[in-house]
Amino acid sequence: MFFLQMLINGIVVGSIYGLVALGFVLIYRASGALNLANGEFVLFGPYVCLVIMTALNVPFLVAFIGTLLFSAFLGLVVERLVIRQLQNAPTISVIMATLGLSSLLAGAVHIIWGHTTRTFPPVFPQTPLNIGGIIITPVYLWSFIIVMILLVIFSIFFKYSKIGLAMRAVADDRQAALSMGMSVKFVLAMTWMIASMVAAIGGILLGNINGVSPTMSAIGLTVLPVVILGGLDSVMGAIIGGFLIGIIQNLAGGYLDPLVGGGLKDVVPFIVVLLILMLKPHGLFGSRGIERV
Amino acid sequence: MLRNLFVRECGNYKTSYKDDMKLFGTKSEIVKWLFLFIILLTLPLYVSNYWVGLLTLCAISAIGAIGLNILTGFTGQISIGVGAFLGVGGYTTAILTTTYGLSFWVSLPLAGIVTALVGGLFGIPSLRLKGLYLAIATLAAQVIITFIISRWDSVTGGTAGMVLSRPSIGSYSFMSNASYYYLSIIILILTVIYSVNLLRTRVGRAFLAVRDRDIAAQIMGINLFYYKVLAFIISSFFVGIAGALLAHYTMIVSPELYNIHVSIQYLAMVLIGGLGSILGSILGAIFITLLPVGLTSIVDLLTAYMPNLYQLFSAFKEFVFGLAIILFLIFEPGGLAHIWHNIKNYFRVWPFSY
Repeated sequence: MFFLQMLINGIVVGSIYGLVALGFVLIYRASGALNLANGEFVLFGPYVCLVIMTALNVPFLVAFIGTLLFSAFLGLVVERLVIRQLQNAPTISVIMATLGLSSLLAGAVHIIWGHTTRTFPPVFPQTPLNIGGIIITPVYLWSFIIVMILLVIFSIFFKYSKIGLAMRAVADDRQAALSMGMSVKFVLAMTWMIASMVAAIGGILLGNINGVSPTMSAIGLTVLPVVILGGLDSVMGAIIGGFLIGIIQNLAGGYLDPLVGGGLKDVVPFIVVLLILMLKPHGLFGSRGIERV
Repeated sequence: MLRNLFVRECGNYKTSYKDDMKLFGTKSEIVKWLFLFIILLTLPLYVSNYWVGLLTLCAISAIGAIGLNILTGFTGQISIGVGAFLGVGGYTTAILTTTYGLSFWVSLPLAGIVTALVGGLFGIPSLRLKGLYLAIATLAAQVIITFIISRWDSVTGGTAGMVLSRPSIGSYSFMSNASYYYLSIIILILTVIYSVNLLRTRVGRAFLAVRDRDIAAQIMGINLFYYKVLAFIISSFFVGIAGALLAHYTMIVSPELYNIHVSIQYLAMVLIGGLGSILGSILGAIFITLLPVGLTSIVDLLTAYMPNLYQLFSAFKEFVFGLAIILFLIFEPGGLAHIWHNIKNYFRVWPFSY
């Protein structure tokens, strides 16, 4: 029973990981950059949502849509002001820029909202569900459902919509996409906006589970193992990697934590990453690519 | 004869490879470095104790930054795990001196060697991994090492950390800021001499080749695995030395002193200073170390208008730090070293700059 409970917890947490990882993968596919500021994008979502809800006294759904608009704007600003300037810069510059960005955004959040943990007003029903002896909080269940819906939407978006196809084309070969008449600038801006919105949704779900505090941005680092496990450029990999890491984390936390004195939850994903990198450097679903001199 | 005082060398007069490889091209360059050396040695005589302390920190950070630059700037391997490697150096010397009672002069090189071994171990994946994947592997090293440090209570003292003492020779202890400044500056000078010379050897040129195009380098007969791991080892050695020096300077080690933010700070030093430039590493280390000091004085000025600014100071510092990194990356990717060269070149041909 303990095992099942841990498994369920893992799946639920994993679904949020998958969602946040999706933001990483989107940006990596479109621009080849690793967005290490993703954790701070996650952080902005719930704070903005809370502010809209409490200051304007509007229902959750309205605040949610407002948050999405704000996140899209934030993504656009970041892309325009920072990432676009570094389009032809080496990898390390882009990594460093996103690290700088994470520091800047975290600083901004601290300046505006301080360090205290705030609780989200209950959005989902509070009474826990009891399914065959396994207790699931409705928040978890809803998170899982929302993430699943989003994943289906994204799959359809990438497969059939014009913008989704353009994003895939740009990710595949930027020059070819340019010569086919696609606006790479527009597609990149779009990618950052969508990734930022996805991060905000993940943040709001997390905020509902654990309360809103600056430490939430840690998920930006926790999710890195997920994308490495799944492969940096695979949407499918992000989701499956999310579940795997979530489950491994919870099982390790449940069974091994008493042996080492806690804290394993944060480390186990990184041990998995080292193993994966040694055995399959491009992750489970990542594309290999050929290197030429 | 009318002569511009700033003119040193108005062209490339080198006629042989040996000439080109010389460390000091002209006599005036030797004079210049001697002059700088004397200034560095006499500095504690005319600046306050507080500033001597800050300069010591700058020197120690510069050693670590040069180490990281050998890896990231010369060899092109990104590492986000410097903070943890500093910690390995610091804890090694803490354990050796405090628990086993070894002398600082033995534990300092040992700290470097242990860190070099750990760095080499985590450098092994670099053969198959590149760019972003390698960055994440080093990040994993950072997380795992700090976890081990904070959980291995019996050896490292856990989250409480350990207390160290200042080194001493016979009865003379390096307690004062000035004495520790001399110690750090001498090690910094040795580091600079080593790394400048490293670039003139086969190993250094192999590093540059690996950075520019590793597969092409392999075709030219460079053993990629050997040189990549060697870069990790040399780089980690200096980072470990810096960590040990820092630990004996602050006289305390604890896991949170070596978190990911430290790694980011060192990366920022290397990038803001200039990738692949030793002068840049030193300038970057000075810039990043003194940034909070400069900010404090700005905040002091501003508190007259905004009294609650002190509570926001750490957040403000973080904000400005991120902003500085981004501005440098966008407007001066060559870093402080590039700015310095521009200034020098301006005066070199002044007033006829065409």
